[in-house]
Amino acid sequence: MTITESVGGNELTSEAEREQAQLGLTPGQVAIKRARRHPGLLVGFGILLVMALFAVLAPWLAPHDPYLQNLSLRLLPPAWVEGGQWSHLLGTDHLGRDYLSRIIYGARISMMIGIGAATIGAIIGVTLGVIAGYFGGWLDQAVNFLVTCQLAVPSLLLIMALVFVIGQSITVVIFVIGATHWVFYLVVTRSATLRIRELDFVAAASAMGCSRLQIAVKEILPNLLNQILVIFTLEVAVAILNEATLSFLGLGVPSPTPSWGLMIAEGKTAMFFQPWLVILPGIALFVLVIAINLLGDGVRDVTVTNRRS
Amino acid sequence: MINYVLRRALMALLVALTVSFGTFALFYFATDPAQTIAGEDAPQEMVDAIREQYGFDRPVSVQYVDWLGSVLQGDFGQSYFWKQPVVELIQEHAKVTIMLALLALVVTVVIALPLGISAALRPNSWVDRFALTTAVSAQAIPNFWLGLMLIILLAVTFPIFPVSGDSSWRHYVLPAFVLGTSSVPAVMRLTRTGLLDVLGSDYIRTARAKGFTGYRLILRQALRNALLPIVSVLAVQLGHKLGGSIVTESVFSMNGLGRLAVESIFNSDIPTVQSLILLFVLTFVLLTLAADLINAWLDPRIRMG
Repeated sequence: MTITESVGGNELTSEAEREQAQLGLTPGQVAIKRARRHPGLLVGFGILLVMALFAVLAPWLAPHDPYLQNLSLRLLPPAWVEGGQWSHLLGTDHLGRDYLSRIIYGARISMMIGIGAATIGAIIGVTLGVIAGYFGGWLDQAVNFLVTCQLAVPSLLLIMALVFVIGQSITVVIFVIGATHWVFYLVVTRSATLRIRELDFVAAASAMGCSRLQIAVKEILPNLLNQILVIFTLEVAVAILNEATLSFLGLGVPSPTPSWGLMIAEGKTAMFFQPWLVILPGIALFVLVIAINLLGDGVRDVTVTNRRS
Repeated sequence: MINYVLRRALMALLVALTVSFGTFALFYFATDPAQTIAGEDAPQEMVDAIREQYGFDRPVSVQYVDWLGSVLQGDFGQSYFWKQPVVELIQEHAKVTIMLALLALVVTVVIALPLGISAALRPNSWVDRFALTTAVSAQAIPNFWLGLMLIILLAVTFPIFPVSGDSSWRHYVLPAFVLGTSSVPAVMRLTRTGLLDVLGSDYIRTARAKGFTGYRLILRQALRNALLPIVSVLAVQLGHKLGGSIVTESVFSMNGLGRLAVESIFNSDIPTVQSLILLFVLTFVLLTLAADLINAWLDPRIRMG
């Protein structure tokens, strides 16, 4: 456990070490203790929990079918505005679909794509990072070159072209965003692996006859989980924003999927007279992304180091 | 120094070549340009004839070398959709994007530097917290949505600026602000941490001991060193603004390269898309190269190491 703690992050702050020594707590307990005092983390986690509940329980919580059109109730304003109806709390869109239901289902799409894309990015980035850091040499240089190339590509343009060429679907969007967002994982995994590689317990494992692959997977990877988790959280947010942008430009998930970005694009035509069509999904996006970022920043603060950057 | 410059330049060239080949191969395997030119329901014989006539049946490496050769001579090919040379298209659209990107960079610097500096001078004060909140919020706001909100607020409700277009300087205010804010979090955080590091260093302590205080100390001693990494980040951010122009120009209906990219993708205009990707990659590579060289010039440790 002490090994996890001393290499999982940068150097442990003396404050945390003291805290741990005084109370005889495990690193996990220290992290939880610190998390309870971290307002950003708590707020982010709370908001995210509520939104995740809405996403999972969408079929039961949404008041209407998000795909059901009712042309006689087109463009209803939110209930509290004059002309609104309480049966459609947030109004309806240009096809008379209940906006609240679409926003609730939209949380599903956003989270699914965010988590899916961040997972794919993590698989690519962590694999390459461990390879580059552990084996070094020409492999390291090759991976390094790959990173430089990836960074030079205008990723949005490439993603758009790829989605258009392969075909618009949720799966394609997940894979394409994931395949273009792995550099962050790689950089961190690589440098952490370089550091861990030199530690005694890796030498011990090697002396006990573990193969390089075994060492990488069983000894090195578990020590990186903290950092990978932090990056994963932040990349989920990036992927969600990317998906929204893509869908807004018409190159993301296909209509009539209730994606927030797509809803903003559809609402844009009626924006000047029915501004809520654009405002509401945007607020949903903003709140979700900020909650995820707060959670990610918070997790980094309590597990890795006391300093924020 | 010459050695360093050569090494960096060679690397940049290699990256540009690899990326352009990568995207070329991608489109080669994923699309059928002959079908695009002939039209969706053209007879098979016609598609085959076009394929042979344009040389689309040759191996990908041969076609790439061919394409690269023409590009080096300034011939980016013919747009399938607009039926004019891609070079002309780029020339027509470049001005808007360059203007927008530069103005956005100014916005970034004007907001991010003062915020970062004041946050670093008083860590954990209300200024610091305000700067951090700004960064966290700016990171979470979808760029295109911010654009739409500004249009609703400042072009419709209070008609101060035009809703869309690119014909006067007033058309650039909102787009430049939107594109500029997207880089504020990164630059602000870097300024803050960079300056904090420098302020904690030995030579600043020495300067303080010698009696330098306040702004003189910060401006003359600390900021100079703290700004080093910011130079390269700004170059990278300027490169990102090209990509960001795709969204911003679409929101504000500006006739720049970003909007051209979106439209050529929608119209399967592969030569235009490919040229734009190459152009963006080249710009990015050259910007980072320039940043590296400026840094090496400013900091002897880099060019010697």
